[in-house]
Amino acid sequence: MSTSLTVDIAFGLFSAATVVAAWLVFRTDSMVRAAYWLLASFAGVGAVMVLLHARFLGLVLVLMMAGEMTIMAVFMVMFMMNPAGLNPMTMVHQHRTAKIAGVVAFAGLALVGLVADFPDRPADRGRDPTADLGRELLGDSMLIFETAGVTLLASMIGALALASKRGRYGDAEEGSAPPPLEPVAGPRTGADTVTEPEAEADSGEHAGMSHG
Amino acid sequence: MTLEALLVVAAALFGIGVYGALSQQTFVMIMMGLELMLNAAMLAAVALWAASTGGSPKGQLLTVIIMTVMAVEAAMGFALIIGIYRIRKADMTEKLKRLRA
Repeated sequence: MSTSLTVDIAFGLFSAATVVAAWLVFRTDSMVRAAYWLLASFAGVGAVMVLLHARFLGLVLVLMMAGEMTIMAVFMVMFMMNPAGLNPMTMVHQHRTAKIAGVVAFAGLALVGLVADFPDRPADRGRDPTADLGRELLGDSMLIFETAGVTLLASMIGALALASKRGRYGDAEEGSAPPPLEPVAGPRTGADTVTEPEAEADSGEHAGMSHG
Repeated sequence: MTLEALLVVAAALFGIGVYGALSQQTFVMIMMGLELMLNAAMLAAVALWAASTGGSPKGQLLTVIIMTVMAVEAAMGFALIIGIYRIRKADMTEKLKRLRA
């Protein structure tokens, strides 16, 4: 795969920026900033894809991730404590193991990339890869494409079912009720399955676990 | 821009993703680690498509599939975060040490 000097310089800049942004995701105090660093990392990978002439995929990646990272930033503000990172904090566990695992994963994969003998068959620059992809998606691989669509539909339904406030067995806040000691006739209604003292203990615990 | 350089960059992204997914305590930050790993997989797939497959569109199709996996992971992750927050008021892994609510 021979490339011109301009492409080489652009590749060096984009790949360095991608790796540095990915590293800063886990180094910044602010989680919202972490989301945008991750977006920067994805944008760098998208740019490298464009350099590799996978223009459609690169731009789709950037578009998709811009939406997803915005949602992620909103999630940070909604759910997490200290999303703005006004206080310096590190929220990590098993730091040593994680570092070792990361380095081992990098070394192993880089070794495979450097040592393995991949066939040298660069893409034909005369063809339009986007048109090729379009014909593939609506031709031979249409079934795969449709399966991906149905998978996305199923995950949307699953996400709605998981996140909905009220499910088939009552409100989501109640949690799961312990099963009754005596078998109950008829459908369970929720409230009558919990014995009184335990129910009080549970609700007290919930109040204690909530935080601002 | 050689295939080796591209694969090393992808390996670096994957390593950072492994580190993040294992070390972070917040659910959303763990998801960021997972996404970084998928990002690396996508970069490696496109690099191999450009350098070793002769531009076969099936290589690009693999990237489309990884993007689908990414979208499914994000949707399921966010839904699980909402569900866990509703029941346990938890935003960190340490709050889920007990299985029973």
